[in-house]
Amino acid sequence: MKLIVLIKMVPDVVEELVIGEDGKSLDIDAVRMTLNESDDHALEEAILLKERLGGTVTVVALDSPEVDEALYTAIAKGADRVIKITGIDLPPPTRETALLMAEVLRSQPGLLPADAILTGSQAIDDLDGLLAPLVAHELGLPYLGILTRICPAEDLKSATVLKEFAGGLRGEFEVPLPAVLGVQSAEKPPRYVPVAKVRAAMKSAQIETVPAPARGDRELVCVSAMRIPEEAGAAEMLEGSPEEVSGKLCGVLAERGLL
Amino acid sequence: MPGSILIFAEHFRGQVTEATYEALALGRELAGKLGAPLEAALLGSECRQLAAQLGAASRVLYVNHPVLADVIPESHAEALAQLVQAVSPKAVIVPLSNLSMGVGTLLGACLKAPSVNFCVDLTVIDGSIQAKAILYGGKMEATVTPQGEPLIVGLWPGSRPPDAGRSPDPPASVEDFAVTLSEPRIKLKSYIEPEAGDVDIREQPVLVAVGRGIQSQDNIELAEELAAALGGAVCGSRPVIDQGWLDLSRQVGKSGATVKPKLYLAVGISGAPEHVEGMRGASLIVAVNTDPQAPIFRVAHYGVVADALDLLPALTEAVRKRRAAAHA
Repeated sequence: MKLIVLIKMVPDVVEELVIGEDGKSLDIDAVRMTLNESDDHALEEAILLKERLGGTVTVVALDSPEVDEALYTAIAKGADRVIKITGIDLPPPTRETALLMAEVLRSQPGLLPADAILTGSQAIDDLDGLLAPLVAHELGLPYLGILTRICPAEDLKSATVLKEFAGGLRGEFEVPLPAVLGVQSAEKPPRYVPVAKVRAAMKSAQIETVPAPARGDRELVCVSAMRIPEEAGAAEMLEGSPEEVSGKLCGVLAERGLL
Repeated sequence: MPGSILIFAEHFRGQVTEATYEALALGRELAGKLGAPLEAALLGSECRQLAAQLGAASRVLYVNHPVLADVIPESHAEALAQLVQAVSPKAVIVPLSNLSMGVGTLLGACLKAPSVNFCVDLTVIDGSIQAKAILYGGKMEATVTPQGEPLIVGLWPGSRPPDAGRSPDPPASVEDFAVTLSEPRIKLKSYIEPEAGDVDIREQPVLVAVGRGIQSQDNIELAEELAAALGGAVCGSRPVIDQGWLDLSRQVGKSGATVKPKLYLAVGISGAPEHVEGMRGASLIVAVNTDPQAPIFRVAHYGVVADALDLLPALTEAVRKRRAAAHA
């Protein structure tokens, strides 16, 4: 099965996010970038499919801080080919990302046709749209997202997929292949690879670089300000040692008849 | 009607969704500010009767087509694009639910129109619409100016009370709108109902919810001890379920259960909007997180900046002592 995985680096929200001097974007030098969580699941699902059915996994990403490590990690996990689109100063909006990725998929040899293009269901910075439907639209392929399982038919002409709804309800859909599939979570949690294996990948594998194709599209949305959301209704903070805080919390619970 | 605010009216299994009423609530405010009519697009197969529940809108445009029986994003976007081109609204509001995920993005792509996801509010500045969107798991709020019309809005659930979008009266008019649709490429085969877990977390008076901050499966025992002391159960956020540390039936949030316990103790949960959606209705929310900036502290009533692994044993001990003293 020929699989392509589109991945994106996003700010690590575990760290403090700093607003840049322009007041409308993050200070990209002050934030740590990490692989978008559902993209990690998309990669895992692709590797699981390759292990089960054979084939290849190609990972495509835009240049970004920490992206090399993510791409070498993908190799260490079992990806066959990794491509980095270079010549980008700042992480572009999702629509721009989708247009660049679709153009690279179309123009680079050996990428299309693929049996399936997998990417994360959504990313925490998908301000102007989701990547999977945008890429699908651009390539004229079917799209379905929030998937937790992808089972291709033997002839690889279609796949049965599971999509999540609310309240634990899921829907089983039949999708013709090729398709662009937004993965919410892989069948198994993304595998851990030891640092030594990533280092070995750095020595043995190469990241292919492709300059970003020139595009003349204007942006359709423009961020005019960014701020930390207001603390409206903010929590009353309890301070002290774990024992002191526990005592205070028990007081709160007792007052409300919960103890 | 040109310049209207158009709501994509979601429905599932014969019911208009709560997310639709939230969209109608915001649409009503926005239409009021702009002096524009509020309209709703009802897409489906033989579901005209649902239009009566969309009375907040002055006009419902009903698109009846067998292809629209299930929400396949590309079919719904194709139909909606034809409707939007005919009606020329100023903005289209699409709920950003699992059901409709992708419809707004595809609509924006079809129309080459500006699209704003994760939207929580819409305001009018000098006659133009500005959107407020939450980014980075709820840690930032962006003010967004669309370049062109119509603006396609992906509305984040919980942005407005659904009741503000209901109306006791039916809409003034319901009109049929005909579309020509491609044969759908994707087909729904069946629904898989959720399996009942050992515990129905929606029925529990107290929930101790664990997130990534619990660090390992072994540590979940600490939460279970506290839940047992408080007379409740343990549930979790998506990363914990994805890791297989807790059963799917214990998931709270967008894809999981919506819970309203008397006490929701969120331990090591950052408070991403997807999680908050499932627990914001709890009577008392207490959050424990090492990150003082964690968005969970904005929905919690009480917060503690601490490592869950330090606090949980101490709190369990304190609860046990209180309980023992009360029964002595």
